[in-house]
Amino acid sequence: MDFLNGIILISNYIIIPGLTYGSQLALGALGITMVYAVLKFSNFAHGEFMSFGTMCSILLTWVFSNIGITFGFFPTAIFVLPIAVTFTVFYCLFIDKFVFKFYRKSKSKSVITLIVSIGVMFFTGGLIRFIIGPGDRNFLDGERFILAPKTFKSFTGFNEGLAIKTTQGITVIIAIILVLFIFWFLNKTKTGKSMRAYSDNQELALLSGINPEKVVLITWIITGILACVAGTLYGLDKSYKPFTYLHLVLPIFAAAIVGGVGNPLGAIIGGFVIAFSELFITFAYKKVFYYLLPEYLIPNGLLQILSTDYKIAVSFIILVLVLLIKPTGIYKGKII
Amino acid sequence: MYLLCAENITCGYDTIDILTDCNINVKKGEISSIVGPNGAGKSTAMKAIFGLLPTKKGKIIFDGEDISNLQPQERVVRGMGYVPQTNNIFTSLTVIENLEMGAFIINKDFKNMIEYVFNLFPVLKDKQNQPAGELSGGQRQQVAVGRALMTNPKILMLDEPSAGVSPIIMEGLFNKIKEISSQGTGVIMVEQNAKQALEISNMGFVLNQGKNLYTDAGKTLLANKEVRQAFLGG
Repeated sequence: MDFLNGIILISNYIIIPGLTYGSQLALGALGITMVYAVLKFSNFAHGEFMSFGTMCSILLTWVFSNIGITFGFFPTAIFVLPIAVTFTVFYCLFIDKFVFKFYRKSKSKSVITLIVSIGVMFFTGGLIRFIIGPGDRNFLDGERFILAPKTFKSFTGFNEGLAIKTTQGITVIIAIILVLFIFWFLNKTKTGKSMRAYSDNQELALLSGINPEKVVLITWIITGILACVAGTLYGLDKSYKPFTYLHLVLPIFAAAIVGGVGNPLGAIIGGFVIAFSELFITFAYKKVFYYLLPEYLIPNGLLQILSTDYKIAVSFIILVLVLLIKPTGIYKGKII
Repeated sequence: MYLLCAENITCGYDTIDILTDCNINVKKGEISSIVGPNGAGKSTAMKAIFGLLPTKKGKIIFDGEDISNLQPQERVVRGMGYVPQTNNIFTSLTVIENLEMGAFIINKDFKNMIEYVFNLFPVLKDKQNQPAGELSGGQRQQVAVGRALMTNPKILMLDEPSAGVSPIIMEGLFNKIKEISSQGTGVIMVEQNAKQALEISNMGFVLNQGKNLYTDAGKTLLANKEVRQAFLGG
């Protein structure tokens, strides 16, 4: 019984949040990896693209709830997502047309485009704060829990409650659907294969008659979809604040690089590696040991390896270790 | 009647001419080899014929039409297949995906072409779902040739097909090239291994410093004492 209580405790505070946060990071990292694989630069503006998408979702949620349309159990934001995605895709294409295209045509080095993407990041961040303000926004409506801790406790009789928030369930399900769709697209469709071919060998792709403009267009569409969905899911789960997304780009980059940048499967694995290590290292294990060990062995401290303030440092330690030991990442990506 | 005929082409980079008044041609179902020392302009000649390098002078007639001003992609649609010397496959794509990308430009059913390539190179059929980058050097060349064959080209252009493969593999590859040409496809190839290339060639073009030095049937060039001493190592 005590042992099971310990397991429930870990599931509640590490496994379920880890799966959720990992899915969000994975979707974000997938966006960065796609841009890197096809357009050959590290897109630091991706966090702000996610923020832009979330802002669209929030504005649309407000519009919908003002005219009285809600979706009961589900958050409104999930249903406005297709419209928000469209806006985000158009924003990505707009930025590409007026900024990135110039550097692509002049065949700039990838480090220059990287700096340009940082400029885009600040511009987008400013635009977003101008439209929606820098404050904290909670736009979660609908039912809060799929499984409330109280229900779980009374149902099973355990001391520890297990909670599954609606946002957590939705995040994982949408992430799975989206990732499966993208893998299907890349591996089974002619356009998807031509994107991989273009990413692999541009010269030969041109010789084979693959249209680079079309490949670039599709890449931005996918990036826009991923950014908007990842951002909205993260915002629903944790509340939306523009500055949080400025920081979010860092663990996302860590995830993409740890997994092997340019490799879609790597981005997903990387997302979960980063998410789980952050949670495992910053979790206070005292209560778990309280269930597992006899009373005289229970230590006094919190048994926390690092304070939660160092959460972001964890992803960087992993990033540095990966770059030192295996610069190509878990799955062989391209070295930056 | 030549299938492809490059007449007096001059081309190069900026102000430097690599090729001057160069003539290369091939007939339907025949093999023409371009041989010569390093820096003779062999690969440049191939690039010029395929349109990767603009010609300053001269014209390229393919199948009775002047194609001098066409883009490489348009030349692929007209029926030219080109295998570059390096980076000639998509390493992270599977063998079958490489072949599919070869047929990207034609909106026709290409199943029978895949069959044709698999019949020509049976080993590729066994490895069709393996990433092409994991194959051996000889198998990679087969993928590269197979990719170019997917459009069912009238002419196949090979830039150093035997680069980096062992002599035994090279012999096998040359036999396949003979087989391809016997199906009616014209073949132009650039080769370091001049002797072996000329043995299977109907025509040989010996280039030196961007100019035609000798042009004759492959066997005749092999028998020519001067050519042997200067370019074929005696």
